[in-house]
Amino acid sequence: MSLVKLLVLLAVAMLAALPWVVGSYLVTVMIFIFFYAYLGQAWNIVGGYAGQLSAGHAAFVGIGGYASALLSMRLGLSPWIGMWIGGVLAAALGAVIGYLGFRFGLRGFYFVLLTVAFAEICRVIALNVDAVGGALGLYITFTGNPRQFQFQDNRAYYYVALVLMLAATAVVREIERRRFGAYLTAIRQDESACEALGVDTLRVKMLAMILSSFLTGLGGTFYAYYLFSLQPNAVFGIPLSVEIVIRPIVGGAGTVMGPLLGSFILSPLAELSRTYLAQSGWTGVHLIVYGLLLIAVVLFLPQGAYPALRRLARRRA
Amino acid sequence: MDPTLVGQGLLSGFLFGGVYSLMAVGLTLIFGVMRVVNFAHGDMMVWGMYLAWLLSVRAGIDPYLGFVVCAGALFLLGLVIQRGFVERIVDAPHEMQILLMLGVALVLENAALVAFGPDPARVRSPLSQGTVWIGPLFVDVARLLTFGLAMVLTAALWLFLTRTELGRSMRAAADNPYGARVIGADVRRVYAAAFGVGAACVGGILVSVAESMGAVFLSPSMKELVSFGLLIAILLFRPAGLFGRTAS
Repeated sequence: MSLVKLLVLLAVAMLAALPWVVGSYLVTVMIFIFFYAYLGQAWNIVGGYAGQLSAGHAAFVGIGGYASALLSMRLGLSPWIGMWIGGVLAAALGAVIGYLGFRFGLRGFYFVLLTVAFAEICRVIALNVDAVGGALGLYITFTGNPRQFQFQDNRAYYYVALVLMLAATAVVREIERRRFGAYLTAIRQDESACEALGVDTLRVKMLAMILSSFLTGLGGTFYAYYLFSLQPNAVFGIPLSVEIVIRPIVGGAGTVMGPLLGSFILSPLAELSRTYLAQSGWTGVHLIVYGLLLIAVVLFLPQGAYPALRRLARRRA
Repeated sequence: MDPTLVGQGLLSGFLFGGVYSLMAVGLTLIFGVMRVVNFAHGDMMVWGMYLAWLLSVRAGIDPYLGFVVCAGALFLLGLVIQRGFVERIVDAPHEMQILLMLGVALVLENAALVAFGPDPARVRSPLSQGTVWIGPLFVDVARLLTFGLAMVLTAALWLFLTRTELGRSMRAAADNPYGARVIGADVRRVYAAAFGVGAACVGGILVSVAESMGAVFLSPSMKELVSFGLLIAILLFRPAGLFGRTAS
Protein backbone atom coordinates (compact mmCIF):
# COMPACT_ATOMS: atom_id res chain seq x y z
CA MET A 1 0.00 0.00 0.00
CA SER A 2 1.38 3.36 -1.00
CA LEU A 3 1.96 6.18 1.44
CA VAL A 4 -0.72 8.35 -0.17
CA LYS A 5 -3.35 5.62 0.17
CA LEU A 6 -2.39 5.12 3.80
CA LEU A 7 -2.68 8.84 4.50
CA VAL A 8 -6.08 9.01 2.81
CA LEU A 9 -7.34 6.04 4.83
CA LEU A 10 -6.03 7.62 8.01
CA ALA A 11 -7.76 10.92 7.21
CA VAL A 12 -11.05 9.17 6.49
CA ALA A 13 -10.79 7.17 9.71
CA MET A 14 -10.15 10.35 11.65
CA LEU A 15 -13.13 12.09 10.07
CA ALA A 16 -15.29 9.05 10.84
CA ALA A 17 -14.28 9.10 14.49
CA LEU A 18 -14.49 12.87 14.90
CA PRO A 19 -18.19 13.32 15.89
CA TRP A 20 -17.69 11.02 18.88
CA VAL A 21 -14.93 13.25 20.20
CA VAL A 22 -16.01 16.84 19.54
CA GLY A 23 -19.08 18.84 20.51
CA SER A 24 -22.30 19.31 18.59
CA TYR A 25 -21.45 22.78 17.21
CA LEU A 26 -18.28 21.52 15.58
CA VAL A 27 -20.23 18.61 14.08
CA THR A 28 -22.59 21.15 12.50
CA VAL A 29 -19.67 23.12 11.08
CA MET A 30 -18.19 19.89 9.69
CA ILE A 31 -21.51 19.03 8.04
CA PHE A 32 -21.42 22.34 6.20
CA ILE A 33 -17.81 21.78 5.20
CA PHE A 34 -18.62 18.34 3.75
CA PHE A 35 -21.80 19.46 2.05
CA TYR A 36 -20.28 22.49 0.33
CA ALA A 37 -17.22 20.45 -0.58
CA TYR A 38 -19.63 17.98 -2.19
CA LEU A 39 -21.42 20.70 -4.18
CA GLY A 40 -18.08 22.24 -5.14
CA GLN A 41 -16.81 18.85 -6.29
CA ALA A 42 -19.92 18.37 -8.43
CA TRP A 43 -19.42 21.83 -9.98
CA ASN A 44 -15.73 21.04 -10.44
CA ILE A 45 -16.50 18.50 -13.19
CA VAL A 46 -17.96 21.03 -15.60
CA GLY A 47 -16.70 24.28 -14.10
CA GLY A 48 -13.22 23.20 -13.10
CA TYR A 49 -12.09 20.38 -15.40
CA ALA A 50 -14.01 21.43 -18.52
CA GLY A 51 -13.61 25.14 -17.73
CA GLN A 52 -17.27 25.96 -18.48
CA LEU A 53 -18.02 28.50 -15.79
CA SER A 54 -21.57 27.76 -14.67
CA ALA A 55 -22.84 30.40 -12.28
CA GLY A 56 -26.29 28.87 -12.00
CA HIS A 57 -25.63 25.62 -10.17
CA ALA A 58 -28.03 26.66 -7.41
CA ALA A 59 -30.83 25.79 -9.83
CA PHE A 60 -29.85 22.11 -9.64
CA VAL A 61 -29.80 22.15 -5.84
CA GLY A 62 -33.24 23.75 -5.90
CA ILE A 63 -34.75 21.33 -8.39
CA GLY A 64 -33.34 18.31 -6.55
CA GLY A 65 -34.56 19.58 -3.19
CA TYR A 66 -38.00 20.64 -4.39
CA ALA A 67 -38.53 17.38 -6.28
CA SER A 68 -37.79 15.07 -3.37
CA ALA A 69 -39.63 17.27 -0.85
CA LEU A 70 -42.75 17.54 -3.03
CA LEU A 71 -42.74 13.83 -3.88
CA SER A 72 -42.56 13.02 -0.20
CA MET A 73 -45.19 15.56 0.87
CA ARG A 74 -47.71 14.87 -1.89
CA LEU A 75 -47.19 11.21 -2.74
CA GLY A 76 -45.50 9.92 0.38
CA LEU A 77 -42.49 8.79 -1.59
CA SER A 78 -39.40 8.35 0.56
CA PRO A 79 -36.70 10.99 -0.08
CA TRP A 80 -34.23 8.12 -0.38
CA ILE A 81 -35.96 7.33 -3.69
CA GLY A 82 -37.01 10.92 -4.41
CA MET A 83 -33.43 12.13 -4.34
CA TRP A 84 -32.63 10.09 -7.45
CA ILE A 85 -35.65 11.52 -9.26
CA GLY A 86 -34.51 15.00 -8.19
CA GLY A 87 -31.06 14.23 -9.52
CA VAL A 88 -32.47 13.08 -12.86
CA LEU A 89 -34.64 16.21 -13.16
CA ALA A 90 -31.64 18.41 -12.36
CA ALA A 91 -29.63 16.51 -14.98
CA ALA A 92 -32.43 17.11 -17.49
CA LEU A 93 -32.23 20.87 -16.87
CA GLY A 94 -28.45 20.63 -17.05
CA ALA A 95 -28.79 18.91 -20.41
CA VAL A 96 -31.05 21.70 -21.72
CA ILE A 97 -28.72 24.48 -20.50
CA GLY A 98 -25.66 22.59 -21.71
CA TYR A 99 -27.12 21.86 -25.12
CA LEU A 100 -28.18 25.47 -25.71
CA GLY A 101 -24.90 26.85 -24.41
CA PHE A 102 -22.55 24.42 -26.12
CA ARG A 103 -24.46 23.94 -29.35
CA PHE A 104 -24.70 27.69 -29.86
CA GLY A 105 -21.04 28.07 -28.91
CA LEU A 106 -21.51 30.39 -25.95
CA ARG A 107 -18.17 30.81 -24.21
CA GLY A 108 -16.84 32.81 -21.28
CA PHE A 109 -19.27 35.30 -19.87
CA TYR A 110 -21.97 34.48 -22.44
CA PHE A 111 -22.19 31.03 -20.91
CA VAL A 112 -22.19 32.57 -17.43
CA LEU A 113 -25.13 34.78 -18.39
CA LEU A 114 -27.02 31.81 -19.82
CA THR A 115 -26.62 29.74 -16.66
CA VAL A 116 -27.56 32.67 -14.42
CA ALA A 117 -30.62 33.41 -16.55
CA PHE A 118 -31.87 29.82 -16.25
CA ALA A 119 -31.33 29.75 -12.49
CA GLU A 120 -33.17 33.06 -12.12
CA ILE A 121 -36.07 31.78 -14.21
CA CYS A 122 -36.32 28.75 -11.90
CA ARG A 123 -36.28 31.09 -8.91
CA VAL A 124 -39.06 33.31 -10.27
CA ILE A 125 -41.19 30.28 -11.17
CA ALA A 126 -40.72 28.74 -7.70
CA LEU A 127 -41.63 32.10 -6.14
CA ASN A 128 -44.83 32.47 -8.13
CA VAL A 129 -46.29 29.00 -8.55
CA ASP A 130 -48.36 28.25 -5.48
CA ALA A 131 -48.49 24.52 -6.24
CA VAL A 132 -44.82 24.31 -5.24
CA GLY A 133 -45.16 26.54 -2.21
CA GLY A 134 -44.84 29.96 -3.85
CA ALA A 135 -43.09 32.72 -1.96
CA LEU A 136 -43.52 30.90 1.36
CA GLY A 137 -41.46 27.97 0.15
CA LEU A 138 -41.77 24.46 1.52
CA TYR A 139 -41.51 23.39 5.11
CA ILE A 140 -40.81 19.80 6.00
CA THR A 141 -42.28 18.51 9.25
CA PHE A 142 -39.74 16.86 11.45
CA THR A 143 -40.52 13.23 12.21
CA GLY A 144 -37.05 11.97 12.99
CA ASN A 145 -37.77 8.90 10.86
CA PRO A 146 -34.60 7.69 9.10
CA ARG A 147 -36.76 6.29 6.27
CA GLN A 148 -37.83 9.88 5.60
CA PHE A 149 -34.21 11.08 5.44
CA GLN A 150 -34.61 12.55 8.92
CA PHE A 151 -32.47 11.81 11.91
CA GLN A 152 -32.71 12.58 15.62
CA ASP A 153 -28.96 12.61 15.90
CA ASN A 154 -26.92 15.30 14.18
CA ARG A 155 -24.15 12.72 13.72
CA ALA A 156 -26.25 10.79 11.21
CA TYR A 157 -26.32 13.88 8.96
CA TYR A 158 -22.60 14.13 9.50
CA TYR A 159 -22.04 10.66 8.05
CA VAL A 160 -24.44 11.22 5.16
CA ALA A 161 -22.59 14.44 4.24
CA LEU A 162 -19.22 12.73 4.64
CA VAL A 163 -20.27 9.88 2.34
CA LEU A 164 -21.59 12.37 -0.23
CA MET A 165 -18.29 14.27 -0.23
CA LEU A 166 -16.15 11.13 -0.43
CA ALA A 167 -18.30 9.61 -3.17
CA ALA A 168 -18.16 12.74 -5.33
CA THR A 169 -14.42 12.95 -4.78
CA ALA A 170 -14.03 9.31 -5.82
CA VAL A 171 -16.07 10.01 -8.96
CA VAL A 172 -13.93 13.03 -9.86
CA ARG A 173 -10.73 11.09 -9.19
CA GLU A 174 -11.95 8.30 -11.46
CA ILE A 175 -12.81 10.86 -14.17
CA GLU A 176 -9.37 12.37 -13.90
CA ARG A 177 -7.70 9.00 -14.47
CA ARG A 178 -9.77 8.18 -17.53
CA ARG A 179 -9.65 9.42 -21.09
CA PHE A 180 -12.78 11.46 -20.36
CA GLY A 181 -10.88 13.53 -17.81
CA ALA A 182 -8.09 14.18 -20.26
CA TYR A 183 -10.66 15.38 -22.81
CA LEU A 184 -12.16 17.76 -20.26
CA THR A 185 -8.78 19.26 -19.40
CA ALA A 186 -7.97 19.56 -23.09
CA ILE A 187 -11.23 21.42 -23.70
CA ARG A 188 -10.43 23.82 -20.90
CA GLN A 189 -6.96 24.49 -22.22
CA ASP A 190 -7.71 24.83 -25.92
CA GLU A 191 -11.08 23.81 -27.19
CA SER A 192 -10.38 24.42 -30.87
CA ALA A 193 -7.19 22.35 -30.78
CA CYS A 194 -9.04 19.59 -28.95
CA GLU A 195 -11.73 19.58 -31.61
CA ALA A 196 -9.15 19.58 -34.37
CA LEU A 197 -7.71 16.38 -32.89
CA GLY A 198 -11.07 14.71 -33.41
CA VAL A 199 -12.63 14.92 -29.95
CA ASP A 200 -16.41 15.27 -30.00
CA THR A 201 -16.27 18.28 -27.67
CA LEU A 202 -20.03 18.84 -27.66
CA ARG A 203 -20.62 15.29 -26.42
CA VAL A 204 -17.86 15.50 -23.81
CA LYS A 205 -19.09 18.83 -22.47
CA MET A 206 -22.68 17.59 -22.40
CA LEU A 207 -21.65 14.52 -20.39
CA ALA A 208 -19.74 16.72 -17.94
CA MET A 209 -22.71 19.06 -17.54
CA ILE A 210 -25.20 16.22 -17.06
CA LEU A 211 -23.05 14.41 -14.51
CA SER A 212 -22.34 17.64 -12.66
CA SER A 213 -25.99 18.72 -12.50
CA PHE A 214 -27.08 15.21 -11.50
CA LEU A 215 -24.72 15.16 -8.53
CA THR A 216 -25.70 18.71 -7.57
CA GLY A 217 -29.36 17.69 -7.75
CA LEU A 218 -28.75 14.80 -5.34
CA GLY A 219 -27.28 17.35 -2.95
CA GLY A 220 -30.58 19.25 -3.07
CA THR A 221 -32.27 16.47 -1.09
CA PHE A 222 -29.66 16.70 1.64
CA TYR A 223 -30.15 20.48 1.73
CA ALA A 224 -33.94 20.10 2.07
CA TYR A 225 -33.84 17.43 4.77
CA TYR A 226 -31.04 18.97 6.77
CA LEU A 227 -32.51 22.48 6.91
CA PHE A 228 -36.20 21.38 6.80
CA SER A 229 -37.16 24.28 4.61
CA LEU A 230 -36.79 25.33 1.00
CA GLN A 231 -37.02 29.04 0.19
CA PRO A 232 -36.98 30.00 -3.52
CA ASN A 233 -34.57 32.89 -2.98
CA ALA A 234 -32.23 30.75 -0.90
CA VAL A 235 -32.06 27.60 -3.03
CA PHE A 236 -32.33 29.10 -6.52
CA GLY A 237 -30.65 32.44 -5.82
CA ILE A 238 -27.34 33.76 -7.07
CA PRO A 239 -25.80 33.75 -3.54
CA LEU A 240 -25.98 29.93 -3.36
CA SER A 241 -24.44 29.67 -6.82
CA VAL A 242 -21.60 31.87 -5.60
CA GLU A 243 -21.16 29.63 -2.55
CA ILE A 244 -20.90 26.62 -4.84
CA VAL A 245 -18.44 28.23 -7.25
CA ILE A 246 -16.14 29.97 -4.80
CA ARG A 247 -14.88 26.91 -2.91
CA PRO A 248 -13.35 25.02 -5.83
CA ILE A 249 -11.98 28.28 -7.22
CA VAL A 250 -10.25 29.20 -3.99
CA GLY A 251 -9.08 25.64 -3.40
CA GLY A 252 -8.07 24.97 -7.00
CA ALA A 253 -10.56 24.36 -9.83
CA GLY A 254 -9.83 21.32 -11.95
CA THR A 255 -8.02 19.42 -9.19
CA VAL A 256 -9.38 16.53 -7.11
CA MET A 257 -8.52 18.12 -3.78
CA GLY A 258 -9.35 21.73 -4.68
CA PRO A 259 -13.04 21.77 -3.68
CA LEU A 260 -12.30 19.98 -0.40
CA LEU A 261 -9.48 22.34 0.49
CA GLY A 262 -11.60 25.35 -0.52
CA SER A 263 -14.46 24.18 1.64
CA PHE A 264 -12.21 23.50 4.63
CA ILE A 265 -10.92 27.07 4.29
CA LEU A 266 -14.17 28.89 3.55
CA SER A 267 -17.01 27.01 5.24
CA PRO A 268 -15.77 27.51 8.83
CA LEU A 269 -15.15 31.17 7.98
CA ALA A 270 -18.69 31.57 6.65
CA GLU A 271 -20.16 29.63 9.57
CA LEU A 272 -18.28 31.62 12.21
CA SER A 273 -19.10 34.99 10.71
CA ARG A 274 -22.71 33.96 10.29
CA THR A 275 -22.91 32.89 13.92
CA TYR A 276 -21.03 35.74 15.52
CA LEU A 277 -21.20 38.69 13.16
CA ALA A 278 -24.76 38.32 11.87
CA GLN A 279 -26.09 38.43 15.42
CA SER A 280 -24.51 41.81 16.02
CA GLY A 281 -26.02 43.23 12.85
CA TRP A 282 -22.99 42.65 10.60
CA THR A 283 -24.94 40.59 8.13
CA GLY A 284 -22.90 41.13 5.00
CA VAL A 285 -19.44 40.73 6.46
CA HIS A 286 -18.76 37.15 5.39
CA LEU A 287 -19.70 38.08 1.84
CA ILE A 288 -17.22 40.97 1.95
CA VAL A 289 -14.61 38.43 3.01
CA TYR A 290 -15.65 36.20 0.08
CA GLY A 291 -15.28 39.13 -2.29
CA LEU A 292 -11.85 40.03 -1.01
CA LEU A 293 -10.78 36.38 -1.19
CA LEU A 294 -12.00 36.09 -4.78
CA ILE A 295 -10.07 39.23 -5.75
CA ALA A 296 -6.95 37.99 -3.96
CA VAL A 297 -7.15 34.54 -5.54
CA VAL A 298 -7.56 35.97 -9.05
CA LEU A 299 -4.69 38.41 -8.62
CA PHE A 300 -2.22 36.25 -6.69
CA LEU A 301 -3.22 32.57 -6.91
CA PRO A 302 -5.14 32.20 -10.18
CA GLN A 303 -4.87 28.40 -9.99
CA GLY A 304 -6.12 28.16 -6.43
CA ALA A 305 -4.66 27.14 -3.09
CA TYR A 306 -4.11 23.43 -3.72
CA PRO A 307 -1.73 23.74 -6.71
CA ALA A 308 0.14 26.45 -4.78
CA LEU A 309 0.50 24.15 -1.76
CA ARG A 310 1.77 21.33 -3.98
CA ARG A 311 4.38 23.58 -5.54
CA LEU A 312 5.45 24.63 -2.06
CA ALA A 313 5.68 21.01 -0.90
CA ARG A 314 7.69 20.01 -3.96
CA ARG A 315 10.13 22.83 -3.40
CA ARG A 316 10.66 21.64 0.19
CA ALA A 317 11.22 18.03 -0.87
CA MET B 1 -57.26 43.96 -21.94
CA ASP B 2 -57.80 47.59 -20.94
CA PRO B 3 -56.13 49.83 -23.55
CA THR B 4 -55.43 52.54 -20.95
CA LEU B 5 -53.60 50.01 -18.83
CA VAL B 6 -51.54 48.84 -21.80
CA GLY B 7 -50.78 52.44 -22.76
CA GLN B 8 -49.78 53.24 -19.20
CA GLY B 9 -47.53 50.20 -19.11
CA LEU B 10 -45.92 51.13 -22.41
CA LEU B 11 -45.32 54.71 -21.29
CA SER B 12 -43.86 53.76 -17.92
CA GLY B 13 -41.76 51.06 -19.51
CA PHE B 14 -40.49 53.50 -22.11
CA LEU B 15 -39.53 56.16 -19.58
CA PHE B 16 -37.85 53.70 -17.30
CA GLY B 17 -36.17 52.15 -20.30
CA GLY B 18 -34.35 55.46 -20.74
CA VAL B 19 -32.85 55.06 -17.29
CA TYR B 20 -31.89 51.44 -17.93
CA SER B 21 -30.32 52.45 -21.20
CA LEU B 22 -28.06 54.92 -19.42
CA MET B 23 -26.88 52.16 -17.10
CA ALA B 24 -26.37 49.95 -20.12
CA VAL B 25 -24.46 52.67 -21.95
CA GLY B 26 -21.99 52.77 -19.08
CA LEU B 27 -21.66 48.99 -19.11
CA THR B 28 -21.22 48.92 -22.87
CA LEU B 29 -18.58 51.60 -22.79
CA ILE B 30 -16.47 49.52 -20.43
CA PHE B 31 -17.14 46.29 -22.31
CA GLY B 32 -16.67 47.84 -25.73
CA VAL B 33 -13.34 49.41 -24.91
CA MET B 34 -11.79 46.74 -22.71
CA ARG B 35 -13.81 43.57 -23.37
CA VAL B 36 -14.32 43.28 -19.63
CA VAL B 37 -17.84 42.79 -18.31
CA ASN B 38 -18.35 44.97 -15.27
CA PHE B 39 -20.27 42.55 -13.06
CA ALA B 40 -20.08 45.16 -10.31
CA HIS B 41 -22.07 47.70 -12.34
CA GLY B 42 -25.26 47.38 -10.32
CA ASP B 43 -23.32 47.48 -7.07
CA MET B 44 -21.58 50.68 -8.11
CA MET B 45 -25.03 52.06 -8.81
CA VAL B 46 -26.08 51.15 -5.27
CA TRP B 47 -23.31 53.39 -3.96
CA GLY B 48 -24.36 56.18 -6.31
CA MET B 49 -27.90 55.96 -5.03
CA TYR B 50 -26.89 55.87 -1.37
CA LEU B 51 -24.64 58.85 -1.95
CA ALA B 52 -27.56 60.77 -3.45
CA TRP B 53 -29.59 59.75 -0.42
CA LEU B 54 -26.87 60.82 2.03
CA LEU B 55 -26.49 64.17 0.29
CA SER B 56 -30.20 64.78 0.40
CA VAL B 57 -30.77 63.62 3.98
CA ARG B 58 -27.62 64.98 5.61
CA ALA B 59 -26.79 68.02 3.51
CA GLY B 60 -30.23 68.80 2.14
CA ILE B 61 -29.05 68.78 -1.45
CA ASP B 62 -31.80 67.96 -3.91
CA PRO B 63 -31.05 64.61 -5.56
CA TYR B 64 -31.47 66.18 -8.98
CA LEU B 65 -28.51 68.44 -8.20
CA GLY B 66 -26.64 65.91 -6.10
CA PHE B 67 -26.22 63.62 -9.07
CA VAL B 68 -23.30 65.75 -10.27
CA VAL B 69 -21.46 64.93 -7.05
CA CYS B 70 -22.53 61.29 -7.33
CA ALA B 71 -21.26 61.02 -10.88
CA GLY B 72 -17.94 62.55 -9.82
CA ALA B 73 -17.61 60.16 -6.88
CA LEU B 74 -18.48 57.16 -9.04
CA PHE B 75 -15.93 58.29 -11.62
CA LEU B 76 -13.30 58.13 -8.88
CA LEU B 77 -14.55 54.74 -7.70
CA GLY B 78 -14.37 53.42 -11.27
CA LEU B 79 -10.87 54.83 -11.64
CA VAL B 80 -9.69 53.12 -8.46
CA ILE B 81 -11.19 49.77 -9.46
CA GLN B 82 -9.68 50.04 -12.95
CA ARG B 83 -6.19 51.01 -11.76
CA GLY B 84 -6.22 48.69 -8.78
CA PHE B 85 -7.71 45.51 -10.22
CA VAL B 86 -9.07 45.48 -13.74
CA GLU B 87 -5.87 46.73 -15.33
CA ARG B 88 -4.07 43.59 -14.18
CA ILE B 89 -6.53 41.20 -15.77
CA VAL B 90 -7.44 42.91 -19.05
CA ASP B 91 -5.61 40.16 -20.94
CA ALA B 92 -6.52 37.29 -18.58
CA PRO B 93 -9.06 34.61 -19.55
CA HIS B 94 -12.74 35.55 -19.29
CA GLU B 95 -13.23 33.31 -16.27
CA MET B 96 -10.65 35.22 -14.26
CA GLN B 97 -12.18 38.57 -15.22
CA ILE B 98 -15.64 37.39 -14.23
CA LEU B 99 -14.43 36.10 -10.88
CA LEU B 100 -12.56 39.31 -10.14
CA MET B 101 -15.55 41.49 -10.96
CA LEU B 102 -17.76 39.16 -8.94
CA GLY B 103 -15.40 39.71 -6.00
CA VAL B 104 -15.59 43.47 -6.44
CA ALA B 105 -19.38 43.22 -6.67
CA LEU B 106 -19.62 41.20 -3.45
CA VAL B 107 -17.43 43.68 -1.58
CA LEU B 108 -19.31 46.77 -2.82
CA GLU B 109 -22.75 45.29 -2.27
CA ASN B 110 -22.14 43.99 1.21
CA ALA B 111 -20.15 47.01 2.30
CA ALA B 112 -23.29 49.00 1.46
CA LEU B 113 -25.35 46.51 3.47
CA VAL B 114 -23.05 46.90 6.47
CA ALA B 115 -22.85 50.68 6.10
CA PHE B 116 -26.52 51.48 5.49
CA GLY B 117 -28.40 48.47 6.87
CA PRO B 118 -31.05 46.35 5.18
CA ASP B 119 -33.95 48.83 5.47
CA PRO B 120 -34.95 50.60 2.26
CA ALA B 121 -34.13 54.30 2.05
CA ARG B 122 -36.12 56.79 0.00
CA VAL B 123 -34.83 59.85 -1.76
CA ARG B 124 -37.41 62.63 -1.82
CA SER B 125 -37.22 65.67 -4.00
CA PRO B 126 -39.72 68.55 -4.01
CA LEU B 127 -39.33 68.42 -7.78
CA SER B 128 -40.77 64.93 -7.92
CA GLN B 129 -44.06 65.30 -6.06
CA GLY B 130 -46.37 65.97 -8.96
CA THR B 131 -47.85 63.97 -11.79
CA VAL B 132 -48.64 65.11 -15.32
CA TRP B 133 -51.67 63.83 -17.21
CA ILE B 134 -51.40 63.11 -20.91
CA GLY B 135 -54.98 62.33 -21.88
CA PRO B 136 -55.93 59.28 -19.84
CA LEU B 137 -52.31 58.45 -18.99
CA PHE B 138 -50.34 59.88 -16.11
CA VAL B 139 -46.60 60.38 -15.73
CA ASP B 140 -44.57 60.94 -12.58
CA VAL B 141 -42.62 64.18 -12.82
CA ALA B 142 -39.71 62.33 -11.18
CA ARG B 143 -39.70 59.71 -13.87
CA LEU B 144 -39.95 62.29 -16.62
CA LEU B 145 -37.03 64.28 -15.15
CA THR B 146 -34.93 61.16 -14.75
CA PHE B 147 -35.68 60.14 -18.31
CA GLY B 148 -34.73 63.59 -19.59
CA LEU B 149 -31.52 63.53 -17.59
CA ALA B 150 -30.65 60.09 -18.89
CA MET B 151 -31.14 61.27 -22.47
CA VAL B 152 -29.03 64.40 -21.92
CA LEU B 153 -26.22 62.36 -20.37
CA THR B 154 -26.32 59.80 -23.18
CA ALA B 155 -26.13 62.61 -25.74
CA ALA B 156 -23.22 64.18 -23.85
CA LEU B 157 -21.43 60.84 -23.84
CA TRP B 158 -21.95 60.50 -27.59
CA LEU B 159 -20.50 63.96 -28.14
CA PHE B 160 -17.57 63.07 -25.89
CA LEU B 161 -16.86 59.90 -27.85
CA THR B 162 -17.08 61.50 -31.29
CA ARG B 163 -15.83 65.05 -30.72
CA THR B 164 -13.04 64.94 -28.14
CA GLU B 165 -9.50 63.65 -28.40
CA LEU B 166 -9.91 61.31 -25.41
CA GLY B 167 -13.21 60.00 -26.73
CA ARG B 168 -11.70 59.29 -30.12
CA SER B 169 -8.74 57.50 -28.54
CA MET B 170 -11.24 55.42 -26.63
CA ARG B 171 -12.94 54.31 -29.80
CA ALA B 172 -9.59 53.65 -31.38
CA ALA B 173 -8.54 51.50 -28.42
CA ALA B 174 -11.82 49.60 -28.62
CA ASP B 175 -11.28 48.92 -32.29
CA ASN B 176 -7.66 47.89 -32.06
CA PRO B 177 -5.63 48.45 -28.89
CA TYR B 178 -2.33 47.78 -30.62
CA GLY B 179 -3.07 50.20 -33.45
CA ALA B 180 -4.16 52.83 -30.95
CA ARG B 181 -0.84 52.47 -29.15
CA VAL B 182 1.04 52.77 -32.42
CA ILE B 183 -0.54 56.11 -33.24
CA GLY B 184 0.34 57.39 -29.78
CA ALA B 185 -2.81 56.94 -27.71
CA ASP B 186 -2.11 56.27 -24.05
CA VAL B 187 -4.22 53.10 -23.89
CA ARG B 188 -3.77 52.74 -20.16
CA ARG B 189 -5.17 56.22 -19.59
CA VAL B 190 -7.94 55.56 -22.08
CA TYR B 191 -8.96 52.40 -20.22
CA ALA B 192 -9.01 54.23 -16.92
CA ALA B 193 -11.15 57.01 -18.36
CA ALA B 194 -13.51 54.55 -20.00
CA PHE B 195 -14.04 52.69 -16.74
CA GLY B 196 -14.53 55.93 -14.87
CA VAL B 197 -17.02 57.35 -17.34
CA GLY B 198 -18.82 54.02 -17.46
CA ALA B 199 -19.19 54.05 -13.70
CA ALA B 200 -20.16 57.72 -13.67
CA CYS B 201 -23.12 56.99 -15.94
CA VAL B 202 -24.80 54.95 -13.25
CA GLY B 203 -24.06 57.65 -10.68
CA GLY B 204 -26.81 59.67 -12.26
CA ILE B 205 -29.52 57.14 -11.58
CA LEU B 206 -31.76 58.29 -8.77
CA VAL B 207 -35.13 56.69 -8.62
CA SER B 208 -35.61 52.96 -8.72
CA VAL B 209 -39.02 51.51 -9.39
CA ALA B 210 -39.26 49.27 -12.42
CA GLU B 211 -42.46 48.74 -14.33
CA SER B 212 -42.77 47.27 -17.75
CA MET B 213 -45.16 45.56 -20.06
CA GLY B 214 -44.50 42.24 -18.33
CA ALA B 215 -46.32 43.61 -15.30
CA VAL B 216 -49.44 44.31 -17.31
CA PHE B 217 -49.72 41.02 -19.10
CA LEU B 218 -48.35 38.75 -16.39
CA SER B 219 -48.51 38.99 -12.65
CA PRO B 220 -46.13 41.77 -11.52
CA SER B 221 -43.49 39.44 -10.14
CA MET B 222 -43.47 37.24 -13.23
CA LYS B 223 -42.25 40.14 -15.39
CA GLU B 224 -38.67 39.17 -14.64
CA LEU B 225 -39.29 36.02 -16.65
CA VAL B 226 -39.77 38.19 -19.73
CA SER B 227 -36.40 39.86 -19.21
CA PHE B 228 -34.57 36.59 -18.65
CA GLY B 229 -36.33 34.87 -21.53
CA LEU B 230 -35.34 37.75 -23.77
CA LEU B 231 -31.78 37.54 -22.50
CA ILE B 232 -31.55 33.83 -23.33
CA ALA B 233 -33.06 34.37 -26.78
CA ILE B 234 -30.60 37.15 -27.59
CA LEU B 235 -27.65 35.16 -26.26
CA LEU B 236 -28.57 32.29 -28.54
CA PHE B 237 -29.65 34.06 -31.70
CA ARG B 238 -28.04 37.51 -31.69
CA PRO B 239 -24.91 37.18 -29.54
CA ALA B 240 -23.50 40.40 -30.98
CA GLY B 241 -26.63 42.22 -29.81
CA LEU B 242 -29.82 43.20 -31.60
CA PHE B 243 -28.06 45.75 -33.78
CA GLY B 244 -24.57 44.30 -33.68
CA ARG B 245 -22.92 42.73 -36.66
CA THR B 246 -21.99 39.11 -36.10
CA ALA B 247 -18.25 38.70 -35.89
CA SER B 248 -16.92 36.83 -38.87
